[in-house]
Amino acid sequence: MMTTTTATNDSTQAIRKDLLIDGYEVVIGIEIHCQLNTESKIFSSAPTDFGHEPNTQANIVDLGLPGVLPVLNHGVVERALKFGIGVNAELGLFNTFDRKNYFYPDLPKGYQITQMANPIVGKGYIDVVVNEGEKNEYPKRMGITRAHLEEDAGKSVHDAVEGMTGVDLNRAGTPLVEIVSEPDMRSAAEALAYIKAIHQLVTWLGISDAIMAEGSFRCDCNVSVRQPGEELGTRTELKNLNSFRSIERAIAREIERQIDIVEDGGKVVQATMLYDADKDETRVMRTKEDANDYRYFPDPDLLPVRIEQHTVDEIKAAMPELPVARRARFEDELGLSEYDARILTGSRQIADYFEDVVNEVGKDNAKTAANWVMGDLLGALNKDDKEITDSPISAKQMAGLLARLFDDTLSGKLAKKVFRALYERAGGDSDDAADKIIKDKGLKQETDTGAIKAIVEEVIANNQAMVDEYKGGKEKAFNGLVGQVMKASRGSANPQQVNQILKELLG
Amino acid sequence: MSEMHLLTTEQLITGLQNKQFSSAELTEHYIKRIESLDNKINSFITTTFNTARAQAQAADGMRAQGDKRTLLGVPMAHKDIFCTQGVLTTCGSKMLHNFISPYDATIVTNIREAGMINLGKLNMDEFAMGSDNSSSYYGKVQNPWNLEHVPGGSSGGSASAVAAGFVPLATASDTGGSIRQPASFCGLTGIKPTYGRVSRFGMIAYASSLDQAGTMGRSAKDCAYLLQPMVSYDVRDATSVKHDIPDYVQDIKDAEANAGDKPFAGLRIGVAKEYFTEGLDQEVEQTVRAALKQYEELGATIVEVNITNPDVTLATYYMLAPAEASSNLSRFDGVRFGYRCEDPKDLTDLYTRTRSEGFGAEVQRRILTGTYALSAGYFDAYYIKAQKVRRMIVEDFKKAFANCDVIASPTAPTAAYKLSDNLDPASMYLGDVYTIGVNLAGLPALSHPVGLTSKGLPVGLQLIGQYWQESKLLSTTHLFQLHTDHHLQHSAIAKETV
Repeated sequence: MMTTTTATNDSTQAIRKDLLIDGYEVVIGIEIHCQLNTESKIFSSAPTDFGHEPNTQANIVDLGLPGVLPVLNHGVVERALKFGIGVNAELGLFNTFDRKNYFYPDLPKGYQITQMANPIVGKGYIDVVVNEGEKNEYPKRMGITRAHLEEDAGKSVHDAVEGMTGVDLNRAGTPLVEIVSEPDMRSAAEALAYIKAIHQLVTWLGISDAIMAEGSFRCDCNVSVRQPGEELGTRTELKNLNSFRSIERAIAREIERQIDIVEDGGKVVQATMLYDADKDETRVMRTKEDANDYRYFPDPDLLPVRIEQHTVDEIKAAMPELPVARRARFEDELGLSEYDARILTGSRQIADYFEDVVNEVGKDNAKTAANWVMGDLLGALNKDDKEITDSPISAKQMAGLLARLFDDTLSGKLAKKVFRALYERAGGDSDDAADKIIKDKGLKQETDTGAIKAIVEEVIANNQAMVDEYKGGKEKAFNGLVGQVMKASRGSANPQQVNQILKELLG
Repeated sequence: MSEMHLLTTEQLITGLQNKQFSSAELTEHYIKRIESLDNKINSFITTTFNTARAQAQAADGMRAQGDKRTLLGVPMAHKDIFCTQGVLTTCGSKMLHNFISPYDATIVTNIREAGMINLGKLNMDEFAMGSDNSSSYYGKVQNPWNLEHVPGGSSGGSASAVAAGFVPLATASDTGGSIRQPASFCGLTGIKPTYGRVSRFGMIAYASSLDQAGTMGRSAKDCAYLLQPMVSYDVRDATSVKHDIPDYVQDIKDAEANAGDKPFAGLRIGVAKEYFTEGLDQEVEQTVRAALKQYEELGATIVEVNITNPDVTLATYYMLAPAEASSNLSRFDGVRFGYRCEDPKDLTDLYTRTRSEGFGAEVQRRILTGTYALSAGYFDAYYIKAQKVRRMIVEDFKKAFANCDVIASPTAPTAAYKLSDNLDPASMYLGDVYTIGVNLAGLPALSHPVGLTSKGLPVGLQLIGQYWQESKLLSTTHLFQLHTDHHLQHSAIAKETV
């Protein structure tokens, strides 16, 4: 089973020599801005839907009109608590909102409401597997410093009006949880493993859509290099990385850049960097000299949030089983391999689907069910670029298909045919779609010994040459005969029975 | 009736109910007065006469059909700090010289739903920052008692309009005394309720933790009538508090019915010696002490209480209020609404010139003070320290109220001063010395007139109550007003007929 006991926090972890680059140790800390999937915004009743005409999803509160006031959406609090519980964190049962003051056209009020002094989620951790699925995989515990609630800003639109910059405030006020890690990552691969783990967790908990391309899951990576054992080096911050691939590449480039600077006797300057994916290079966006004094202070329009322990208990009780636990259970209870368990817990939807199938076909058949869900179904979906939630075959239908396999109605080969038909929705919506297809297409496996015997006799009579070869000691000829029988039965004869009867008749 | 504007709110309600006059006639009477006389005092920024006429006609129609809402058809006006849908809402600033609000403040909705007629938007110090109404982009307001004198601020337009007999009642707001001080300067009764009592939604924010909307009228009973619809629990304001809402007018009537010839028997009035120190004008002190004597004669007991030194309170206020203001006013950036400078050459230029040209001197001064107080390196020494002192002030009031029912003080250290006096900012801030502690503590307080100076200018007495005890303050003042006639004096403009 997948173990968590070997994962250790950075403070106790020895320097991994194999991760050093040109003798330098890399230190990475990560901030993730994750949109919470509430229907309305964090401080207003405007909807949070993505992809609408500019400024149609923003009301007077989001526009920061004179006189308007923020009111906290409690759905946001619940989601943040779920996250906190999911990363084993100390919860901020007393948390408060602060104002972060700065001017920017997409920031309507001239300040962002965020949590500085008293965040809703305190110290926690998440266990990840680095280089998962590869030979050099290893587990590691990554520390989380804090996670706090805040409102998103709008965005500037540079190409809508000639010579002008437009502002779209649809996104303004969308709830975010900002997740700040400890500087525990020692390589781009570790950073990626951490980000993927957080991504999986928030989607698993159902608190965020976490679609990177839509900006609902954004990563900033703080990167520095040092000689092992020395103080932390000067860090730079890579902003707004919007795909797993660009995260890994941007970090790798930035590490190279920093090592080059240090090797040349220079000093890394604290800066915010942008990654240019086309040129595959990192570029300075602004240095610390341009940094704002944000003048944080408690927002007088919002009261502190006090959370009762029983609220936490209720949320905890209603939490889904987390990925690590579920994976362990799939291995322990269902006897799946580590690899299978990992794939089947790739998302909560996949795990739920698989478990629905197992609940129908029984735990003893879990391994076969796993093969079908992973191999056939996920393979087909993957080819069509679809998610499990788009699956044309429901879990009940999949179970129905497997049931016919287990009761020998179908051979493996026939089952593949039925699967294809199910995938093309030949059986419609009903739970017994597999049975319908079997009936409609006459795909039932022939298990009547008499009927099979009749076919076998016919084949023996018509293939005297092959029979002679077999009797002459050529084992291969036997397979030829089996093939002829299957052909004659148009694939419906039970292969085991064919084998047995052939052997009997050939003496 | 040429003197309808001298009637009390109750008399107006009775007059409407008994069909002595219609709301249309009443509204027209006020409109005529404003049209003829407001050029002398400049109390309105915007008038909404056509809408008011239509509302009045509609009110008359509804009354004829049996609509029994108490305030149906009674005219009033709003301080221009409250957002009014479809109507210019400027907050006294060039920054909002073109801002037609797309929505109503909660109290505006409440008052309209009570059936009242809105005659327009009243002048004020820019963004409610000021104590003499000299900082309005729309010009200074004059005191109807003596045009050479200031009306007080920031609700100077509200005070002047009521004192001039342009409206019987007006809304106002109070961050550091902006209802009580102008009420005192204009011979009116004005109440600032407990923080959280009246929704702040739609009231343009100056200092969020101190701002509170209230009313201005000629008597405590008048104030009670207008306060009633204003008070509500509002889900759109997170600092709004769900608390029992009394019937203020009924409470006043009950108090009157239960009062003997010593109506204040058992009432302990706390007086702090800290409020009677240097800086207090002698004539004001004498007038206030005489009023306290009247309270005593009517049965009250005067007890001594201790209050945080007003100088400390003043310093605390002028640290916290600008800090919040500097942040609250960031939204006025020229991007989405309001004033925008011409031909900005880049983003920084847009911000800088918009704000330099759009904000007046006093607003800029407070934004800068507040920005400084919140900036890195000074935050702990100024903002945090001030918050600690604020807590101390709250505790002091709590202790004081262990020994008394209400606390009395002069409302302001002077009567209305001359416009030409042009006080420097620091001296002007001193004028708030008695009122700001109340805002820091979130307590309710009112000012009521207690006499005139030798120059014929009104003097006000401040009554501070415990949390949620607006009723007590209004009833106490009402009983005082039953036995005195200070509130029945009229300003020069009010005496003019048109």
